[in-house]
Amino acid sequence: MKLKGSQILLKMLEEEKVDIIFGYPGGSVLDIYDQLYKSNIKHILVRHEQGAVHAADGYARATGKVGVCLVTSGPGATNTVTGIATANMDSIPIVVFTGQVPTALIGNDAFQESDITGITRPCTKHNFLVRSVEELASTIKEAFHIARSGRPGPVLVDLPKNVMATETDYDPASIKIRNYDIFHKPAPKKMAQVLEMLTQAKKPLIMTGGGVILGKAAAELTELARLYQIPVTGTLMGLGSFPGTDPLWLGMLGMHGTFYANMAVSHCDLLIAVGVRFDDRVTGTIETFAANAKIIQIDIDPSSINRNVVVELPIIGDTKATLRDMIKFLAEHNYTPLPTERSEWLKQTAEWREKVPLTYCQNGQVIKPQYVIETLRKLTKGNVIVTTEVGQNQMWTAQFFQFDKPNTFITSGGLGTMGYGLPAAIGVKCAFPDKQVVDIAGDGSIQMNIQELATAAQYNISVKIVLLNNGYLGMVRQWQELFYEKRYSHTDMSYAPDFVKLAEAYGIVGLRAIKPGEVEPVLQKGLSIDKPVLMDFQVSREECVYPMVRPGESISEMELGTREMIN
Amino acid sequence: MENKEHIISILVHNKPDVLARIAGTLGGKGYNIESLCVNTTTKYEISKIVMATIGNQATIARIENQLQRLVDVIQVDDLTNVDSIHREMILVRLNFAEDKKEQIKKAIDTYKWKVIVSNDAFVILEITGDKPQIDLALARLEPLGVTDITRTGIVALDLKG
Repeated sequence: MKLKGSQILLKMLEEEKVDIIFGYPGGSVLDIYDQLYKSNIKHILVRHEQGAVHAADGYARATGKVGVCLVTSGPGATNTVTGIATANMDSIPIVVFTGQVPTALIGNDAFQESDITGITRPCTKHNFLVRSVEELASTIKEAFHIARSGRPGPVLVDLPKNVMATETDYDPASIKIRNYDIFHKPAPKKMAQVLEMLTQAKKPLIMTGGGVILGKAAAELTELARLYQIPVTGTLMGLGSFPGTDPLWLGMLGMHGTFYANMAVSHCDLLIAVGVRFDDRVTGTIETFAANAKIIQIDIDPSSINRNVVVELPIIGDTKATLRDMIKFLAEHNYTPLPTERSEWLKQTAEWREKVPLTYCQNGQVIKPQYVIETLRKLTKGNVIVTTEVGQNQMWTAQFFQFDKPNTFITSGGLGTMGYGLPAAIGVKCAFPDKQVVDIAGDGSIQMNIQELATAAQYNISVKIVLLNNGYLGMVRQWQELFYEKRYSHTDMSYAPDFVKLAEAYGIVGLRAIKPGEVEPVLQKGLSIDKPVLMDFQVSREECVYPMVRPGESISEMELGTREMIN
Repeated sequence: MENKEHIISILVHNKPDVLARIAGTLGGKGYNIESLCVNTTTKYEISKIVMATIGNQATIARIENQLQRLVDVIQVDDLTNVDSIHREMILVRLNFAEDKKEQIKKAIDTYKWKVIVSNDAFVILEITGDKPQIDLALARLEPLGVTDITRTGIVALDLKG
């Protein structure tokens, strides 16, 4: 069968079971858009290419499938870079198709030409420039395989205009790709070491990360922790991989971790780290991180091991398969924790929790941002997928929302990309139209991709935006308050649009709450409307996120806020 | 852990940009490539890259892991701590200035240097050896008036058999 490049692209997307594309047309991709006009694949027209990538990324995080976007050459392609880097830092499988000038013009500084494979080489898992239509089908197949296999990540495929317009034979059955993946099977010797280390441990702790969610290993991790009564802490990316309402859950660790999680890490004698990479926001000073513990680290990517923290027992492997092997091995060898020692350890963590709980003080006539998040949790019973922007809104959500299920907390962890939450929420809502999807936003971040309100309005993608509006770049202001003697250099954002009017101008619903008593009714109303809704919560302007570990300090040394705050 | 030179042998798919990916991975993480040698193997689709870089054992392990992540990389071996042979090659042009001519001819005889081209005006020599041997040859060549030189990166093979 003879097909044009643009037709082969769509055939291959169908082969890969792609049901939705987030994109933005332009000169170099006109042939592809002409095919899309006749195709059954859904296309969401975003308002900026960065939004397309974040939407595909949100879709991927919520579904575990590969997210897809399509943009034109030159500025269309360069606008995707922040989105790609965001996905790369958090190992999210997406495939980005970029238009390119015809092959004969590449290198000529042609109109809307950019060397996008060169630009994205350091922030993709892999990328391709398709030089001829003959290699198109196999390249697309390989791109999807690379994006989703091993440690997932973004793959970019650059498509010159003439390659899309040229015909060639197309036979899906004959497409072969090479297998690049090296699968590491954990050796039984390692499991024996795990057993020995667990048997010797009096104060074991599990630390769960994004690799548990990506590896679909939340059930195994939960089983292991509950079977042997091992308390669990998690990184930002790991939230939801263990139930946030389970008594064994200690909350997030690190810079804005709970007092009890950070104390547990600092005092445990065995740390089982699963799917984490020991980011600097998690460890604080490396020298004092888990200083009393032996560390077992399970990760699919050897480059994550011994990179920041030196571990006693590295296990390179898929998190799900490894945890399953571990559960089986421990059961076969009748591992039982020493009852008195384990209950003393659990008593200790409970004491820390009681001494400094995660708290805030909702008094007076000003809304506290944490109260909005807790009320949202109460009203939805957690049956919601939450995206966030970046900064205080993100940290309060991580601290207060108590995520029970994997793939329900969608946030830019590694890169910390402001403007992520709204387009990501649009991507999530496209995947799960019947689920409640909420973007918990800050007034600074939301303005970075505010144009996507038009996308939500056009397709009636009924995402709910909970805007914690404090008129500041709150997290930067917090650092200025604590470390720069309150010199608020260029962080006051109180000159802002009226967000309710802005929402209405875009054709969506805008609601506002100014007093604490208005929080619940506004949330109730906003959540019940089957349209995109922006809820503007005017919150306490100078509320800080606590606990906080000063940069460069040990995570056992936390600023806890004022007495009033912790009651 | 002390810093020293490590010779890393990398087997890769001979794809466009593969060298840029490897150089970019190292440069982006702050590691320097001291010398480099790249060519195809007996199969055109597979290339071997031999690279010298400086670091301690932990740094080198990190470099190896970072390289392993690349889709086009098949295998990475650090040849520093295994029995292996290393060679570099230089091509050198010496001009026959009147006062140097006899001295140059004598040195070629003494050190048994291989002459590739020789005419009235100049001679081009090919010298191979491991790093100390090449450094020694360069010291001997220096007084003879080197007018041009090119030096390859290190090629290496392990002796595992």
